[in-house]
Amino acid sequence: MKILWLQSGGCGGCTQSLLCAEPRPLFDELRDAGIEFLWHPALSEQSGDEALALLEACAAGEIAFDVLCVEGAMLRGPNGTGKFHLMAGNGRPLTEWVERLSRHAQWVFAIGSCSAYGGFSANTPGNPLEACGLQFEEQTPGGLLGADFRSLGGLPVVNIAGCPTHPGWVVETLEKLALEGIADSDLDEFGRPLFYAGELVHHGCARNEYYEFKASAEKSSDLGCLMENLGCKGTQAHADCNLRAWNGSGSCLRGGFACIACTEPGFESPGHAFQETPKLAGIPIGLPTDMPKAWFVALAALSKSATPKRVRENSLADHTVVRPAVRKGGK
Amino acid sequence: MSRIVVGPFNRVEGDLEISLELEAGRIQSARVNSPLFRGFEQIMVGRAPLDALAIVPRICGICSVAQSAAAASALADAMGVVPTPNGLLARHLIQATENLADHLTHFYLFFMPDFARPAYAGRPWHASVAQRFTAIRGDAAAEVLPARASFLKLMGFLAGRWPHTLAIQPGGSTRAITAGERIRLLALLREFRGFLEKRLFGDRLAVVAQLDSKAALLAWAEGRSADFPAFLTAACDLGLDKLGRAGDRFLSHGAYGLFPAGVWQQGATTPFDAALITEDTESAWLLSGAPRHPADGETIVAVDKPAAYTWCKAPRHAGQPAEVGALARQLMAGNALLIDMLAQDGGSVMSRVVARLLELALLVPVMEGWVQALQPGEAFCAQGAMPDEGSGVGLVEAARGSLGHWLSIKRGRIERYQIIAPTTWNFSPRDRTNREGPLEQALIGLPAGEGAPPTVQHVVRSFDPCMVCTVH
Repeated sequence: MKILWLQSGGCGGCTQSLLCAEPRPLFDELRDAGIEFLWHPALSEQSGDEALALLEACAAGEIAFDVLCVEGAMLRGPNGTGKFHLMAGNGRPLTEWVERLSRHAQWVFAIGSCSAYGGFSANTPGNPLEACGLQFEEQTPGGLLGADFRSLGGLPVVNIAGCPTHPGWVVETLEKLALEGIADSDLDEFGRPLFYAGELVHHGCARNEYYEFKASAEKSSDLGCLMENLGCKGTQAHADCNLRAWNGSGSCLRGGFACIACTEPGFESPGHAFQETPKLAGIPIGLPTDMPKAWFVALAALSKSATPKRVRENSLADHTVVRPAVRKGGK
Repeated sequence: MSRIVVGPFNRVEGDLEISLELEAGRIQSARVNSPLFRGFEQIMVGRAPLDALAIVPRICGICSVAQSAAAASALADAMGVVPTPNGLLARHLIQATENLADHLTHFYLFFMPDFARPAYAGRPWHASVAQRFTAIRGDAAAEVLPARASFLKLMGFLAGRWPHTLAIQPGGSTRAITAGERIRLLALLREFRGFLEKRLFGDRLAVVAQLDSKAALLAWAEGRSADFPAFLTAACDLGLDKLGRAGDRFLSHGAYGLFPAGVWQQGATTPFDAALITEDTESAWLLSGAPRHPADGETIVAVDKPAAYTWCKAPRHAGQPAEVGALARQLMAGNALLIDMLAQDGGSVMSRVVARLLELALLVPVMEGWVQALQPGEAFCAQGAMPDEGSGVGLVEAARGSLGHWLSIKRGRIERYQIIAPTTWNFSPRDRTNREGPLEQALIGLPAGEGAPPTVQHVVRSFDPCMVCTVH
């Protein structure tokens, strides 16, 4: 399976993240699954004319490839010209390259939230970059390729959303495709593979005991739950970040900072400060997915009143100040 | 006189195009174009000040933490907050991890594959270098990717993840390290040291760190079976110790309280003064005007501006362009080996690469010291209040060199945010006096065009450009 990779209005962080793939070295892992890079801007030898000739042959349908992976937002501005990113050495808009190449791709993957939905490039007031994703503009279907786009393999754009993406999300999506294919039923409403977007970031969160008792952090570095005060959206964000570790043992929550829901379309403009929870009458506006407000309020009041001293005191410190009790006599 | 356009320039972070004017196969003049504009400075305007910590890492997927650190420093400056000792150590560790991982990625994945090109098939070192460094397929990738991934597990502990962490805050870090985790951090550093000593250097880090002249370096490398010596052999054969000289004026913001700030020219260091920085928009597709200090800077798109050729502004210190990066940092730090290399040949492809790899040898032991100095149980983050009105400056060193953030706050919101990134310095276009940027200078006189060796590729990549940071 041959991959052609392009980068546009993004930071390249999804590629940097991908290189952290584990447990096997990325190139060995992909090669043994029958996957190769026809060209990748950060990794391939071919540069300049040689690279352009290859891309042109792909866009003309003369060299076959399977997956077009696009990293970074599509910058259609200014005024629809695409001049905010013209292909180096060629002077044509990247948006035009992506449109041409996507007609010959068996499958098109958006790598990261920028190419899926627009991401931070779409966040300038008024969006003068005219940035969008491949098949979405934030939550709205459309984007560069249009809501009805299907690649030759019959699928809409597969949105491996995340800012950045976890290396496992990319590797596993590619390998599943190579092994047994991907069907519409493998994707959610926003085109994300369900194997990771079918979870919530909340699942497996190491701060769960603090969440249970609504023992909330009040300031940066506190051990408590980050939902009530510090902007955490883990109970609403679709991803398996706390079931699948980042960089060995990490996640945003394990790192002590809020989930900003970077796998969701439009996460870049939440309408409030990222590290603060917006509230109405003291109750967070963004309640856990699937949870009726009245139940949440009742449960929160109950659990707050039942919070053990240990949990309450530790929630406001950056290290354990009260250890879990050890019962005398053991067991 | 003929004119060629070189691009896309891959194996750099982001997109890059270079226009060359040639005479008899030699470069007469060069124009460097950063062809991608994303407008991060405008994205920040009107946001809550601490939002910068969530936004600026997304400028760059390879200098993500450096961007965080610059924003956190600028915000701390505005708030009057000083990080706790643990917070400062954690921030140093996070920044050093990114810097060193970047040096490693650059050497193995971006820079060395050019030496495996068929153009060098006749050279005595080519077969072994191609075996080891051919892009994607070379032996080295299978070793360096796990070493890099393992080293970046430091980020899993210290920063939650990499890239794009929110762990770095004005007062330090959100992530307190426990006593047990300190031990695991040390184990990860030992593992990384093992890779460097076995594969990259073929010797102990302490020996590499003490090399004090070009002659000593080449004598040490002679016959040594490792990746850095293999580079030195190829580089000497191709004369890369004498190619790629820019203006030999260097600048560093200083890092870790270990490498001092300064400006280096003609063999002497003078103080760095941030007040002397200006940005000129003459050659950029941005509204023209008198050069401005970044605290007063503007970024206003003028897409059809005639004679402009890039999205990159031209930063100047005291009106002069400056080269930034590991070489600049280590010259300012008084490193004897690099001072000797500069005295002999001026800045070059080789000295830039040597400086980067030397930082790997210098910093890993320092990082081990920082981990041991962490005090579990003591605070990792100082707290402070955000003023409604104020301004701040954050000056840090990314892997690729000096990174500065200038912000002002009005009515509790960001009023202005300006960024000068390392590659903005190195890949600066001409300014209003028609003075070229460092890369534009470094390319003059090199062979290029039909049938030329890949010299231009080596020189461009020797700066380890990060194009997504350059324009942001």
